[in-house]
Amino acid sequence: MNKYKKITLDGIIFSNPTFMLVLGTCPTLAMISKGAISAAGMGLCVLVVLTLSNIIISALRKVIPNQVRIPCYIVIIATLVTLVQMVLEKFLPDLYDSLGTFLALIVVNCIVLGRAEAFANKHTVLESATDGIANGLGFTLALTLMGIVCEFFGSGALFGFKIMDFKIKMFSSPAGAFIIYGLSIALFTYIIDVTQRARRVKVNRFTRKNLLNERNSADGTEVKA
Amino acid sequence: MNFVLLVLSAVLTNNFITVKTYGICPFLGVSKNTKSAVGMGVAVTIVMALATLVTYPIYKFIMTPLNITFLWIIFFIFVIAALVQMLEAIIRKVSPSLYNTMGVYLPLITTNCAVLGVTQLFNGVTELGAIVNGVTEGVWLNLGWAVLYSLFAGVGFTLVMIIMSGMREKLNCCKVSKSLEGFPISMIAAAFICMAFMVFAQIKV
Repeated sequence: MNKYKKITLDGIIFSNPTFMLVLGTCPTLAMISKGAISAAGMGLCVLVVLTLSNIIISALRKVIPNQVRIPCYIVIIATLVTLVQMVLEKFLPDLYDSLGTFLALIVVNCIVLGRAEAFANKHTVLESATDGIANGLGFTLALTLMGIVCEFFGSGALFGFKIMDFKIKMFSSPAGAFIIYGLSIALFTYIIDVTQRARRVKVNRFTRKNLLNERNSADGTEVKA
Repeated sequence: MNFVLLVLSAVLTNNFITVKTYGICPFLGVSKNTKSAVGMGVAVTIVMALATLVTYPIYKFIMTPLNITFLWIIFFIFVIAALVQMLEAIIRKVSPSLYNTMGVYLPLITTNCAVLGVTQLFNGVTELGAIVNGVTEGVWLNLGWAVLYSLFAGVGFTLVMIIMSGMREKLNCCKVSKSLEGFPISMIAAAFICMAFMVFAQIKV
């Protein structure tokens, strides 16, 4: 179980595709400048494609010859994207319109191909599915958060509902998206850094106490906390 | 006049990086110095023009009559991949010195949104091709305009890459706080390029 917990945490936080690895930047920038709903929709589409492609690729990992694996992955991913596109066009036409060309561009999204190459072709189906869901969730959360910020500053709205009467037009264009994305990465790495440092200090203190205890128990005395 | 309009539209008002946000991965990844930025830009320009040249007839004469236009993603990505492989082999054979400066960037282009983005512009997949498709009637003339547009879109891409690489070379000399180092500060720099390009969107002809 510990293994799955590690995969999930890695996907969502420690190797978050958006903030830590900076992959799939084109849809990120285009969608967060359009607002939270488009951003969340894009994230969910990538989540679906990534999970399915991870499952299929890891199931076929012993069948696909090593030399032609990249074209095989691309066919699988392109098929899945076409399917998602058709489903969205039929059932969610509004979201389909707002995602526009970037829906098709999931094919060339580095996250999907990256996870296939780095994870799915070496691990079992269940692990790969977990990895796909975790990475997709990490991507979706990152996009939604940044989309909320961009939408708030750009039009004073939250998920399409107007709550404030102001508008900074720059934040609903790629320029504002770039700034929000850059600052978010900085903030995310800062938070990770601080928490990691805190944990490391705790671990150090713990090990030092243990060492002291061991040394002192050899002397015949105990150290209290 | 149409030609001037097309060039202005492709290079400035509809710039691929700053307005449409296509091809951000090479924009952030390969813009550390001006030499590699130029290499990447030229390679992308060539592949974009060639990809439009090849996919346009395929879409018009093979996929539309057979009613399989919904398979365009699979078709186009294969055409682009094959094209890039072929170009790499040709350049390696014809001019090894050019291969040394440009060849390393070629395999990266297959997964560049800019190329797939430009091919879908002109194939009725999106409405954005109206600029070109509205200019002339007739398939072959349209093809000429589409290839020209892709070529100049590539020029716009290269232009922004060069500006960005210049900015990043200057940024190397600056001291920034630790968490802003690397991607975040380059993205904030890119935001200023985008703001400059936003002004061109106001041009009315």
